[in-house]
Amino acid sequence: MATMSDYIGLKPAWCPGCGNFGILRALNKALVELGVEPHQVLFVSGIGQAGKLPHYTRGNIFNSLHGRPVPPAIGAKIANSELIVIAISGDGDGYGEGGNHFLHAARRNHDITYLVHNNQVYGLTKGQASPTSDVGFVTKTTPEGAVSPVYPIALAIACGASFVGRSFAGDLAHLTNLIKKGITHRGFSLIDILQPCVSFNHKNTFQWYGERVYKLDDESGYDPSDKKQRWTRRSNGEIGFPSVSSMRRTCRSMRTICPR
Amino acid sequence: MPDDFNFMIGGAAGQGVQTVGFLLSKVFARGGYHIFADQDYESRVRGGHNFFRVRVSKDKVGAIAEGVDVLIALDSDSVELHRAEMAERSMAIIDEGKAKAVGSEDGSLFSMPLEKLAQDKAGSKLMTNTVALGAALASVRYDLNILNTVLVDWLGKGDIADKNIAAARAGYEHFQSGHKGNFREIKPLAETRRMVLNGNEALAVGAIAAGCKFMSAYPMTPASSIMEYMAAKSKEYDLVMVHAEDEIAAINMAVGAAYAGVRAMTATSGSGLCLMVEGMGLAGITETPIVIVDGQRPGPAVGLPTRTEQGDLLFVLHAHHGDFPRAVLVLATIEGAFWAAVKAFNLADKYQLPVFILTDQHLASSYSTVDGIDLSRVTIERGALFSENDGDPSGYMRHRVTESGISPRAFPGLSKALVVTDCDEHDEKGHLTEDARERTAQVEKRLRKTVPLRKEMGMPQRYGPQEAETTLIGWGSTYGAIREAVDMLGKDGVAVNMLHLDEVWPFPAGPVADTINKTRNSYVIESNATGQLARLIKAETGRDVTGRILKFDGRPLTPAYITRAIKKEVR
Repeated sequence: MATMSDYIGLKPAWCPGCGNFGILRALNKALVELGVEPHQVLFVSGIGQAGKLPHYTRGNIFNSLHGRPVPPAIGAKIANSELIVIAISGDGDGYGEGGNHFLHAARRNHDITYLVHNNQVYGLTKGQASPTSDVGFVTKTTPEGAVSPVYPIALAIACGASFVGRSFAGDLAHLTNLIKKGITHRGFSLIDILQPCVSFNHKNTFQWYGERVYKLDDESGYDPSDKKQRWTRRSNGEIGFPSVSSMRRTCRSMRTICPR
Repeated sequence: MPDDFNFMIGGAAGQGVQTVGFLLSKVFARGGYHIFADQDYESRVRGGHNFFRVRVSKDKVGAIAEGVDVLIALDSDSVELHRAEMAERSMAIIDEGKAKAVGSEDGSLFSMPLEKLAQDKAGSKLMTNTVALGAALASVRYDLNILNTVLVDWLGKGDIADKNIAAARAGYEHFQSGHKGNFREIKPLAETRRMVLNGNEALAVGAIAAGCKFMSAYPMTPASSIMEYMAAKSKEYDLVMVHAEDEIAAINMAVGAAYAGVRAMTATSGSGLCLMVEGMGLAGITETPIVIVDGQRPGPAVGLPTRTEQGDLLFVLHAHHGDFPRAVLVLATIEGAFWAAVKAFNLADKYQLPVFILTDQHLASSYSTVDGIDLSRVTIERGALFSENDGDPSGYMRHRVTESGISPRAFPGLSKALVVTDCDEHDEKGHLTEDARERTAQVEKRLRKTVPLRKEMGMPQRYGPQEAETTLIGWGSTYGAIREAVDMLGKDGVAVNMLHLDEVWPFPAGPVADTINKTRNSYVIESNATGQLARLIKAETGRDVTGRILKFDGRPLTPAYITRAIKKEVR
């Protein structure tokens, strides 16, 4: 049985206090709790601070191009359906450069889990606005403030993603649980993870999130499988309030082939 | 019959030009003849002017001829546009109503009620093209039963086949009774079962025979039919074809599938290949074997979407930034497309790099008779693979530095070995690194693979009298045309020979330099505007060719075109 020590990888090169540490811990914990051995999992990441995550855990790793973790993840999953395939992106990687892949992976419902570390800013290139930056967010590339952001939850639902969830890097238990649900879900699962960037985003801080995050799961009467209810929830993103939801729908079966 | 006989079917898109051309090809192949057929079509779904040429010959032919012996004109434009190409003693068959637009008949024009016969005898105007096909066969007094057999094989027994047979018979009989005079005759030879394949079909069949299990692509002329073929065969051969959202996704999916252990390919053209450039380097640095098919068409940008060119040679050699090894095969013949596919997958696996197959619209959509393919000659070489017998899987390093540069591959999930790779520069284990020594070691290791790879590359093909003082140098789909030009020039007393390349990278510098040194005049024959092969020869051998015969109007090179051009150069 794998333990947390089986998932110790290289020493992270992230900034001290980075939200990525919480995500890394939750991911490792989810795999251990699901009884997954490192050789059974494939991490496919893009470029950015999130893209480095696979090197800091253990497993099979395909660290791919900027914006492109989803297509190789799909290719690998089709090639070997036994693999647990986890694609890892940031908001720039996943919703900017790789936006088209995201739409179509959701639509086609490939059986991969997609973690998007959403800190609403570019970290690796040092502080430019991202597709999810709040309106008016001033950076070196948006001196007059960022324009309307992408709403990944609404977008994923609109594209027919069969599992859409959002969690917070500062809530280990909730995030671990959601990642476990995403991995066990048969079909495409998006897990958008709200994450502070301690170096470049001085607006959406741990404290800022701490005051606003609430758990949709705790709301009485919310049924994530109810299309109408979950669709009205798309406004959550628009008013800048993070929401946490998870929803299921039967996934289409993909034909798979085994390596020769 | 003469040495060869040329049919042309002309009409608007949507009139069934392609169907008649395809059936004519099958019918003569079934009668023991060789055929070569090409298609000329516009980028539109309905209207315009398309034509399909079928060359019928007792001997194997690899190019199209320029003259037309029988023109099946499904519209009046076809006669107007192709009158000049009609040879002596040729004939055009045209619909009665439409002939008026052409003007009065001379002996070469036979008008008959194609559309009316289709309606009366087969119950549908949609059968007009089949009526014309029947008439065309009657014009050379060919055996109609062969067409009936082909129709049943193609459509299956039933109402649709019956109606087509009735339509063909109506056309055949009307021609027989209405045409006065004695036109030419083509008698069926002994029955030989030869396949009729186009370049893309032969390529796809080769990929399947090579064990390709995954294809991802985005439709683009002239590569789309490879996707369609693979998709159609996916259940039968247990493979997956993903119609991706774009070419970027297509190549990245293929890389992911190959990393996970299956043979994977993609296919595209022009601008689609431009979008794939990023993924080529991903395959290069992660040492992932993939096969990339580029169906060349005239560029830049959208260019001439449905036409042909050899304009991507230097592009595929240099696409992407940085240095990494690659192999480039180019398709010379339809039969060769099968074997090139098999070789491409073997090279990709053995040397863990992207392998390009360059074809073009002309070869992709041209049909030829293909003699049986000996499947027992297909070998599958997967290259160096890691097994748990080789050592403790916990010590496995995907990018281990070896003398040959080849690191044994393991596949994720199939053993306890963790397969780690990165599009960042990485260390032997596959983890990203910025260390100067590791970087140098990995770049050198990757490039070292070129040494054994070079030894696998096939030599250029030679044809014609070796003592000739003039050499025609070509590459790719011009093979058949140049070869035939060598014969035509020889008959006219101009001795030339040919050097033809179908495996261009790593470049066969030795044999090419040797040929240029020995011959008095050397001419590259290319379908592009700048002589890309001549530039490559200069770069790799330091030799200049005497001249460049270039054509870049989007139409294929013909033996006659080459012959005329060489006669002007060599007196």
